[in-house]
Amino acid sequence: MNAETPVRATKMNFIQAINLGLDEAMAADRRVILMGEDIADDQGGGVFTVTRGLSAKYGAARVRSTPISEQAIVGAAVGAAIAGYRPVAEIMLMNFIAVAMDQVVNHAAKLRFMSGGQTHVPLVIRTATGAGVGFGGQHSDMLEAWFAHVPGLKVVTASNPADAKGLIRSCIEDDDPCIFIENTAAYGTSGPAPAPGYTVPLGRAAVAREGRDVTVIGYGAAIPHALAVAQAMQADGISVEVIDLRTIAPFDEAAVLVSVAKTGRAVVVHEAVRKFGVGAEISSLIHEHLFATLKAPVQRVGSAYAPVPFSPVLEKAFLYSRDDISAAILRTMGR
Amino acid sequence: MTERLIEEPGRDVLLDIYRRANLIYQADERFRAMILGGQLQIIYYSPRGQEIVSAATMAALAPDDYLVTTYRGVHDQLAKGIPPRDLWAEFAGKAAGTCKGKGGPMHITHPETGVMVTTGIVGSGLPIANGLALASQLEGDGKVTVVCFGDAATNIGAFHESLNMAQIWRLPVIFLCQNNLYGEHTPQAMSTGCAEIIDRAIGYGIRGVQVNGNDAFAMYAAAREAVARARAGEGPTFIEAKTFRFFGHLLGDDSHYIPAEEMAAAKAADPIPAYRRALLDRQIPEAELDAIDAGIAATVEEAATSALAAGYPEPSEIRVDVLAGEIAA
Repeated sequence: MNAETPVRATKMNFIQAINLGLDEAMAADRRVILMGEDIADDQGGGVFTVTRGLSAKYGAARVRSTPISEQAIVGAAVGAAIAGYRPVAEIMLMNFIAVAMDQVVNHAAKLRFMSGGQTHVPLVIRTATGAGVGFGGQHSDMLEAWFAHVPGLKVVTASNPADAKGLIRSCIEDDDPCIFIENTAAYGTSGPAPAPGYTVPLGRAAVAREGRDVTVIGYGAAIPHALAVAQAMQADGISVEVIDLRTIAPFDEAAVLVSVAKTGRAVVVHEAVRKFGVGAEISSLIHEHLFATLKAPVQRVGSAYAPVPFSPVLEKAFLYSRDDISAAILRTMGR
Repeated sequence: MTERLIEEPGRDVLLDIYRRANLIYQADERFRAMILGGQLQIIYYSPRGQEIVSAATMAALAPDDYLVTTYRGVHDQLAKGIPPRDLWAEFAGKAAGTCKGKGGPMHITHPETGVMVTTGIVGSGLPIANGLALASQLEGDGKVTVVCFGDAATNIGAFHESLNMAQIWRLPVIFLCQNNLYGEHTPQAMSTGCAEIIDRAIGYGIRGVQVNGNDAFAMYAAAREAVARARAGEGPTFIEAKTFRFFGHLLGDDSHYIPAEEMAAAKAADPIPAYRRALLDRQIPEAELDAIDAGIAATVEEAATSALAAGYPEPSEIRVDVLAGEIAA
């Protein structure tokens, strides 16, 4: 027994958890490389410090601070991935991916198919976003629906630090391009630390809370809100099941349908703008398969149809809320 | 005994370039005939006039060096060594094609010969070429990546981001601008602020070389030097190879926007017969060149015939290669 075995933390925040996932992946496979603006330690270990310590440990050749050149960053990740590497590109904020959409949509997503399977693109794009922190219109958008609509991409996000660690490792090991969404507002939130080697399979949802009356389906930052609402509604005698998709695309259709077949009611929740959001796809799937047994139409909760505003009052008006979730649940209950 | 400043390539290299250039030339003739004859229904970007650029550059590469090219890429792909039969079948949308009929003429991939990406998006190959070169640099495998693009691609953002990144990282990559003087229908002077495209290298501190791409000797020397530097870890080169295209942006374009005298002068300097004359001047027997031409003709005939006879992919292939696992029906 090694007397110097460190005491393992019992709690961990998102930053620590994702850092641990990257660290483990880099230790396990020399082909895992990181690229992004300011990600090496000399530049601060990333603007949110998610990559702090990794360039010291693995060297500046594998943890590469880049110019502010999103097309070149994602393109370099595509090329390195085709050549057998497993690059993780950090695009600081999700809105900045708009600058690199050609590389994501026309290349990363399609090269496997267009080459007839001769090449594939095992890259991960890590990117942070989310409203509620006063970043305004160009640093806060939840754009997961864009990527979910492009065949060939996987879209992943975690609702708690342990899953974040488990999912980032699975994304890196996956042979397809993955968009890994991190929530700016949630970075400092702590949760139970993952066990060593913990991974979460892609495409598999989790039952975050079991219930009988209504299923709330969501992902990422929506899950803590849904769980809080579920807890509060317990007092009103409403039993809410919460499904955490974890992988947004392709999502775990079976888990959604099994749960809603049991409860007969469903509410879909996400921070992204409600119109044309991922919730529309999930709602449609439920209606297509379970229309005859549904006790109420599926309800959708999302943010307002507007750019993310700056003023706190407007930002609050934009964002979905716990009240929206509970109101939607009550509508499915006919109350 | 006098020493020559630039040593000419040996006989084997000269014939190698001849073989590659004339494979392109004959294949292009056949592609155009098949399209105009209704046997192939494709959008076709003829490389006629640009053969020597590719032939001389690819002759300077090793078979496993990487190539990234663009929709006007059939000359690059054939010169890099893709078997004509496989390429033809892909152009025809057949299951036996390089990409199982899923890519088509604008998206040719053939890793066996180092052809890693063909993009239909102007300028998009450059960032990806950097990534291939980065992998080689990290791997220490000595491979060089060549990325081909046209003059108009030097006006898109990806070009600028890529030259900059390649230079700061000293990547083993060669940016080969095949400057045919027109971007779609717009002449260079109308679309490009600097008089010479090569001047753009200065802004990124990258080594720049301007060359007559239709001169096989100059083109080969420029490519060889750039390849040697890249392999030696001395970083990237931006080559501007001046050339011309005889059949417009795409087949069916009547080139009305090109002054007649400019087109006539370009055709008078047609690089294919010019190179043949250069070889004859160097005492390479005409019969030897004729024999090469005949061999190519047989290869092209076989490729074209087999592509037409080959079968289409199964419709169920739509579910394969989207992701690693097959998509459920």
